[in-house]
Amino acid sequence: MNEPPAIAARGLTRTFGKTVALSGLDLGIRRGELYGLVGPDGAGKTTTMRILSGVMLPTSGDALVAAHSVVNEPERVKEKIGYMSQRFGLYEDLTVIENIHFYADLFEVPAKKRPPRIERLLGFSNLTPFKDRLAGNLSGGMKQKLGLACALIHTPEVLLLDEPTNGVDPVSRRDFWKILYDLLREKITIFLSTAYLDEAERCTRIGLIHAGRILLEDQPALLRRSLDMKMLEIRPDNIRRAAQVLEGVEGIAALSVYGDRIHVGLRKPDSFDAVSGALESHGIRIESIREIVPSLEDVFISRVGHE
Amino acid sequence: MSMLRVKAIAKKEFIQVGRDPFSLLMAFLMPVMLLVIFGYAITLDVNNIRTVVYDQDKSAESRELISRFRDSGYFTIEAYLQDQRDIDRKLDSGEAFAAIWVPNDFSKKLQTRIDSPVQIILDGSDSNTATIAQGYILAITEQFNAKFGGVRVAPRVDARIRVWYNTELRSRNFIVPGLIAVIMSVIVALLTSLTIAREWERGTMEQLISTPVKTRELILGKLIPYFVIGLIDTLVAIGMSVFVFDVALRGSIVLLIALSSVFLFGSLSFGILISIVAKSQVLASQMAMIGTFLPAFLLSGFMFAISNMPKPLQVLTYAIPARYFVSIVKSIFLKGSTLALIGVEALLLVVYAVAVFVVANRKLVKRIM
Repeated sequence: MNEPPAIAARGLTRTFGKTVALSGLDLGIRRGELYGLVGPDGAGKTTTMRILSGVMLPTSGDALVAAHSVVNEPERVKEKIGYMSQRFGLYEDLTVIENIHFYADLFEVPAKKRPPRIERLLGFSNLTPFKDRLAGNLSGGMKQKLGLACALIHTPEVLLLDEPTNGVDPVSRRDFWKILYDLLREKITIFLSTAYLDEAERCTRIGLIHAGRILLEDQPALLRRSLDMKMLEIRPDNIRRAAQVLEGVEGIAALSVYGDRIHVGLRKPDSFDAVSGALESHGIRIESIREIVPSLEDVFISRVGHE
Repeated sequence: MSMLRVKAIAKKEFIQVGRDPFSLLMAFLMPVMLLVIFGYAITLDVNNIRTVVYDQDKSAESRELISRFRDSGYFTIEAYLQDQRDIDRKLDSGEAFAAIWVPNDFSKKLQTRIDSPVQIILDGSDSNTATIAQGYILAITEQFNAKFGGVRVAPRVDARIRVWYNTELRSRNFIVPGLIAVIMSVIVALLTSLTIAREWERGTMEQLISTPVKTRELILGKLIPYFVIGLIDTLVAIGMSVFVFDVALRGSIVLLIALSSVFLFGSLSFGILISIVAKSQVLASQMAMIGTFLPAFLLSGFMFAISNMPKPLQVLTYAIPARYFVSIVKSIFLKGSTLALIGVEALLLVVYAVAVFVVANRKLVKRIM
């Protein structure tokens, strides 16, 4: 396949005064991918989204989105993309249908194509019963679905969603993801950012962004296996003491506490005994210990810890 | 330029204004209120000056003099005093604005053809009224002298003054037309100054600039609803001037509306420009107040004659578009001026409107900085 990539970013850098938001970010997103940009707050997710959607200029570097440069032809890019900003960007004093028509006008959607398209968008977002409600009176989840409907009114090639499910209840989040999968089947490229790792698992490919750069990038399953360490889940009787003890043990590359369990990443398989030995010698009883498949969180924490 | 997009934005703004009670009040109630308040309250005419009389002479002549004051319509005799000290008291307390003191030898001196002094005391703390009252007093005593005064040998200059354009010298006649100009520049600039700042503040701008909409479509689309509102306000203001305040419109209403449209366009563009620069509603409305209200009010010549201002301020007024528009509205209303007479002002308004519109277009960038 030598289809041009949906998004190709080279050396995207953006500074705000002395703060560096992005430092040489590279991206290559194929058509039809559902790519998740995952990272903590302040990692540069929103800046990336804004640059890719053509509403912000990079300080240096460039990106081709739907084969157009965001620096030189931002308006061509805007015709091909659907963008949803992190903050709800629609008019709260307009009704659902008025918002949709407004965006249909801005994208010059031909009058003939509108009725079926609007009906479909309202249908899959379950907004049909609410079409005459003011957008400001919608729930958080419905607002996001309306935002998505407006971003899709011109059938964009690339969908850019900046933390689309932030602050949305779990049920609405599931609905939202169902819509995204439907869109994916229609060969729309989706590029979204999220701080939720469970959402990252649902993407076809994810990139971990940290301090303005992509640290890791792969399919979620491959990423989890890529960790060159063995993960142990330990349930000690005294979690705080146990964590303290383990920090001093040779051969432990990662350590994180989840409730009453500790995840320990071992660089060498043989240090298994060192772990249990160290705990027992300090009088800590081990209620259970087992090897587990690393979660994305384990992967990211171990990688971010290295930086 | 896509008319569909311009129409979409105009329609959206119309809906938003229609659903926002504050905007509606600003758009339609405020101009009417301003007109009523200023039309009725601000009058520079001086009538019914509260006057007290201390007549020591109590002669036929003194009564004649006092009745001339009373009959002039400018002075209302509040009280006849019996004690000289009451004059101070009445003036100090503000119960009287003027006091007439006729000494007891008033008629005797008149009969013997000696200059016969009468003391008139005015409350100078309101210098404007005092000055005007002074003029009335001189005129009344002049008439009185003509009847009772001595035979004058030398012929005098007989000045017969005719006032043109505002024959009755009613201050309302020049305040109300000027007010139309002030209201228009203030209301429309205030209304539009919020429109783009509001989009930035509410986060809708980011979504808007991610579409292919062009900046000139955005600005034009936003101007249209406020232009319509401004035009309605103008018609209401003209109607009120003519029918409520009884100010005759001598010139062409078509010319007045045409030039009002030009001025509106400039004011609206200025409001948009403020909105683009300010990016927050609070800052924008303050800038609009300082940038339009104060100059339009104080430096446009609407109330305070520009020729009376200190030179530096006079120079400054040339930079204020409301100045030209105030003069246009007054000329059309009071003098019935045609375009030929106010062509320079009209041209300057056109230049201003186009210039501000162009600058606003340049300043609006579809990027987050």
